[in-house]
Amino acid sequence: MRKSMKEKDIVQISSRELDKTVIFDVSGDIDLANSPTVRKALLREVREKRTPRVVINLSKVRYIDSSGVASLVEGLRASRDVGSRFILFGLSTSAREVLQLSRLLKIFEIYDNEEQALAG
Amino acid sequence: MERNEDLKRGLLLKLQLSSNPSLLCAVRGAVERLTESLGFSAAESRAVTRAVDEALTNIIRHTYCGRADQPIEVLFHSVREDDPESARGLEIVLCDCGPAIDPERMCLRALEEIRPGGLGLHFIRESMDIVEYNRANGTNRLRLVKFVHMPQPDGNA
Repeated sequence: MRKSMKEKDIVQISSRELDKTVIFDVSGDIDLANSPTVRKALLREVREKRTPRVVINLSKVRYIDSSGVASLVEGLRASRDVGSRFILFGLSTSAREVLQLSRLLKIFEIYDNEEQALAG
Repeated sequence: MERNEDLKRGLLLKLQLSSNPSLLCAVRGAVERLTESLGFSAAESRAVTRAVDEALTNIIRHTYCGRADQPIEVLFHSVREDDPESARGLEIVLCDCGPAIDPERMCLRALEEIRPGGLGLHFIRESMDIVEYNRANGTNRLRLVKFVHMPQPDGNA
């Protein structure tokens, strides 16, 4: 199953299901204009659908602001609440920098690519 | 953070925009190009872009409470200290007409707390060399300065 959601701004989110895993492919910039869209999609998957493993592909995300980081933190906290896994992979230099600045690099489960993320 | 020498300045760019979040990507694009043209490294360019974006986000969210039709002005000046051998840089002043900012709300939160929110000001302070706020004539003014850090002979920036 493949779903797609295009915002008027510049973020795109689509999801893929693989066994008990949902992979979100996100592209564009995650900023104040569209982080609510990302947040809503992630929390729905974690809280409502209780998917055991949620993986976020950030390889096509060029920029994440503090509201985008907050959305990822909310997803992580929700996953901890329900006992699921919340995984990131493919971070750009910019995305890695903001997680470093937020001291969150070691808090998230992060992999370089999808293969490693699914094998982890 | 407290590098407040008298600086020579020249206006490079002036942006007047509404407090619409969908304009943030356009401002980021302009700041990226401007900083690249001024000789900032890629990392410094990302830092300045991030600081401006987060400052605008704070104005939109907190000063204007999410209203998308309020005025914001951003002025970019090249700056240089009087000593010709000294650092050159970029001064950015963000102006809004919202209510005065309570300095108590400008405190940094502890990063040990793993919770959403409160990171924007931290990003700004980490990204810039000077961060100053003042209010005059009903206008909030956030002044940010970043100096170009020349590469050292051993290759380190």
